Amino acid sequence: MTKDDLLAIIADELGRIAPEVAFNSVSLDDAIQAAFDIDSMDFLNFIIALHERTGVNVPEADYARMRTIASAHAYLQERLGI
Amino acid sequence: MARPPIAKSCDNVAHANMPDYARAISDFSWDKARAMLDGLPGGGLNIAHEAVDRHVAHGRGAKCALRWLPAKGDAVELSYQDLHRQTNKFANVLKGLEVAPGERVYALLGRTPELHIAALGALKTGAIFCPLFSAFGPEPTRARMEIGEANVLITTAAHYRKKVAPWRAALASLRHVIIIDQAPAEGVLGYHALMDAAAERLAVVATRPDDPALLHFTSGTTGKPKGVVHVHEAVIAHHMTGFYALDLHPDDIFWCTADPGWVTGMSYGVIAPLTLGVTSIVDEGEFDALRWRRILREERVNVWYTAPTAIRMLMKADAQAPQAEHFPALRFLASVGEPLNPEAVEWSVHAFGRPFHDNWWQTETGGIMIANYASMDVRPGSMGKPLPGIEAAIVERAGDGVRVTDTPDTPGELALKPGWPSMMRAYLHQDERYKKCFVGGWYLTGDLAMRDAEGYYWFVGRADDLIKSAGHLIGPFEVESALMEHPAIAEAAVIGLPDPVAGEVVKAFVVAKPGHVANEALRRDILGHARKRLGPAIAPKIIAFIDDLPKTRSGKIMRRLLKARELGLPEGDLSTLEGGAQ
Repeated sequence: MTKDDLLAIIADELGRIAPEVAFNSVSLDDAIQAAFDIDSMDFLNFIIALHERTGVNVPEADYARMRTIASAHAYLQERLGI
Repeated sequence: MARPPIAKSCDNVAHANMPDYARAISDFSWDKARAMLDGLPGGGLNIAHEAVDRHVAHGRGAKCALRWLPAKGDAVELSYQDLHRQTNKFANVLKGLEVAPGERVYALLGRTPELHIAALGALKTGAIFCPLFSAFGPEPTRARMEIGEANVLITTAAHYRKKVAPWRAALASLRHVIIIDQAPAEGVLGYHALMDAAAERLAVVATRPDDPALLHFTSGTTGKPKGVVHVHEAVIAHHMTGFYALDLHPDDIFWCTADPGWVTGMSYGVIAPLTLGVTSIVDEGEFDALRWRRILREERVNVWYTAPTAIRMLMKADAQAPQAEHFPALRFLASVGEPLNPEAVEWSVHAFGRPFHDNWWQTETGGIMIANYASMDVRPGSMGKPLPGIEAAIVERAGDGVRVTDTPDTPGELALKPGWPSMMRAYLHQDERYKKCFVGGWYLTGDLAMRDAEGYYWFVGRADDLIKSAGHLIGPFEVESALMEHPAIAEAAVIGLPDPVAGEVVKAFVVAKPGHVANEALRRDILGHARKRLGPAIAPKIIAFIDDLPKTRSGKIMRRLLKARELGLPEGDLSTLEGGAQ
């Protein structure tokens, strides 16, 4: 999996939950929940979906690192060693 | 029901505001409850006076009323004196804008002190205050502002731009929009500029106990949302239930996590803790398990009132990474919104050293009606026993009246004897619907429940098609109407699907119009459409395509049948099904 593949997975999963927000219209440093109007339940679903697609199980203690697209992307790369 | 009760220690009982339930019931009268408050100096009763001004008059102005934790940045404290000054100023702002008693002041705000100031300031002028949920999209916002004929709106620049500006011109009653985080601009006023110019002295309007004070919207199965009207004397019930059911003591730090857009956020996030003179934590942030545990610990919260969905999310986080933290300050935990499952009650004993106390009430009742108390054993899964002054029963509709069911453990509709001060006084402009709630001298709640031999009540289900998701009551009709506006949808039906965390989640079944292909791209397009119009809190989480919707011969969609099929349950009486019951 490349960095680009990973970003595409993040974009796809956000699109599944909040399709009305164009991924390209959001800055990579915006808070995901605010930018995509995602409630806490959907945020958990997003984390679960990423687990299913990347194999990375994000513990609660690391949720802070999933706050923005950029930080989530960097965190998943780190966990996957890419 | 077979789970063992959680017993209370002698210490719990001795320090509780209600040490003896039976005695509290027999000693109680609403006159005594009324005497716990002051009334206006010149006569009359006003919620804001009881919540703020009387503490200042009694020399308690320096006490911290609100400790606000912004999403980012340092905590901000407001004393009762600060709140007194600010609410007077906001009342003067409204008077300057010629807002008359009985006019409607709406708020579309998150958990910020401006919400408290706007609510209490508006009440001081005799205006009716209506909080809206900030996760609503433009359509639910518009519907609620139209029904209540909003005169003033206080909100943020972002909410205004997205949810109100596009249709504002269509609402003639809306004279002023006040923006809290922006300078005055064309068509909108700036909160800070108005407040800076406003005087601090104010004579609170001498509202009578039965003058309308609050407007809360709740969903119906069919038709438009219902505007539930509460009056100033509701404060007697807010105060009394905060004392008995939440066991609030004068020196408590209290944290109600509810959003101010819902009745819990108003009755117990704003009013009750203030009338009881405690310090409230107001957290602007969204749910976050680590943040919440930190707030409980660092803010030394004594009494915590939250909701099952949040409790179950905390449980999930705990199962993933168990925490060995202690919360020595925490004394009383309460939950409301939907029934709290017994596992969650038992988990709380391990996680916090104390059980959650579930309680039951609804927008119409204005305050807690049935509760588990600090001095009483908790039966996990039960909503507890009725408050002093509240007469509850399980009834069965029979002809034009109702029959009270006295046999224990028999399901029926939960009914309450009207007459407590926070009972709704109207569904705004919907008199027929209001009258239909009362049968044979009882208020029928629409909830099915049963009572055990010891007098504890147990929730069974809803008597109608309303959906309870994350503590929010969602009307299927409102969701279906928004879906029907999508150009590819011919028909839509919405049900609540059981969910281990949210209680229920909204699932929509849609029939695509001829010429539209039911695929993932269309599903996303419909979901995006629903989220844009309704907002994330009530838009469906799941959308499924279906060829036909089951209907009655008269053309009514049988949501119940869709749900039974979805869950693999017996389909029940199909005699009215269109095409017969084959």
